[in-house]
Amino acid sequence: MIDFIWLLLFVAGVVTAALTGRMAAVSKAVLTGAESGVTLCLGLVAVISLWLGLMRIAERAGLVNWLARALRPVGRFLYPSVPPDHPAMGAILANMSANILGVGNAATPLGIRAMQELQKLNPRKDTASDAMCTLLAVNTASVTLIPTTVIAVRMQFGSRDPAAVVGTTLVATLIGTGAAIVLDCLFRRWSKRRGEP
Amino acid sequence: MQAVISAASSWVLPLLVTTFLVTGFVRRVPVYSTFVEGAKQGFGTAVRLIPHLVAMMVAVQVFRASGAMDLLVQGLAPLWQWLHIPPEVAPLGLLRPISSAGSLAMMVDVFRRHGVDSPLGLLASTMQASTDTTLYIITVYFGSVGIQNIRYALKVGLLADFISILASVLAVRWVAGL
Repeated sequence: MIDFIWLLLFVAGVVTAALTGRMAAVSKAVLTGAESGVTLCLGLVAVISLWLGLMRIAERAGLVNWLARALRPVGRFLYPSVPPDHPAMGAILANMSANILGVGNAATPLGIRAMQELQKLNPRKDTASDAMCTLLAVNTASVTLIPTTVIAVRMQFGSRDPAAVVGTTLVATLIGTGAAIVLDCLFRRWSKRRGEP
Repeated sequence: MQAVISAASSWVLPLLVTTFLVTGFVRRVPVYSTFVEGAKQGFGTAVRLIPHLVAMMVAVQVFRASGAMDLLVQGLAPLWQWLHIPPEVAPLGLLRPISSAGSLAMMVDVFRRHGVDSPLGLLASTMQASTDTTLYIITVYFGSVGIQNIRYALKVGLLADFISILASVLAVRWVAGL
């Protein structure tokens, strides 16, 4: 998929340039694009370092665990098919907390651990269980408090208020996550009604 | 509502930082050395992004410089308007579920053309921040346990992305009067 999209951007670009006679600009864009990719990333060092440092403190201080405990009722509501004391529930809640706090790199390994625990509860090993689909829905929408990378890029572009994106992101992710949960529930019912597993 | 969202923006960061530091101190975490230890990884994390962003920035800038971006934006303008999505950020929305680096490059393109502090800049930021790369997550999560039949997971993920994008437009309209 990613191969296709990447290729499509190039081919569509070059074909359009051939038709509109903008090949010189495109030729320049190849080089400036590569350069701006590097400068952009190097500029991210400041904010990413700051955030990773703070996150390490939050982890050590047990904030992630505390949030996971606070989210227990949410977990029971979203995953009725998972026994509350099963290790799967622990992994699911840890993944959810890491997502909310924006401990980006920690969220994916925790999510994969949750998948492995859910697979132990799954009666059909090649088919996604209800709980797995819910985990995916919640993860792709994921409530976000601090969008670190976006704030860092905004800083580089000299934004007067780089953190202005925090409030709008919180609103958008709350609505998005709510929608993901409702959609997941609806699709689950429809699939049950059609007699699928 | 507007005031609440703007206030949240300026309060969340300082409050979180203070909460982390104070909680860490109370729980006897050596806050300074712990911070330094975590921050050390910042450089590596940013550098690991370089190849992805080089690939995507080149592709997006070629797409932009050739005029193909304008064709996509203006050619399909009625569709975007019908969906209530400003056409300028539509390419970002299209790429977001597929490639995080790709949509980041699109966000940078919006910053360059319209300014980072413009309503469109804020909208591009919010769209980039408010959903995750659905295709990547589905591949990695289901791949890790060998699930072949993913049932309705992709449909739910993409529909939720679409709703997140509409919600971003709504949120930015409230705050910045798009």
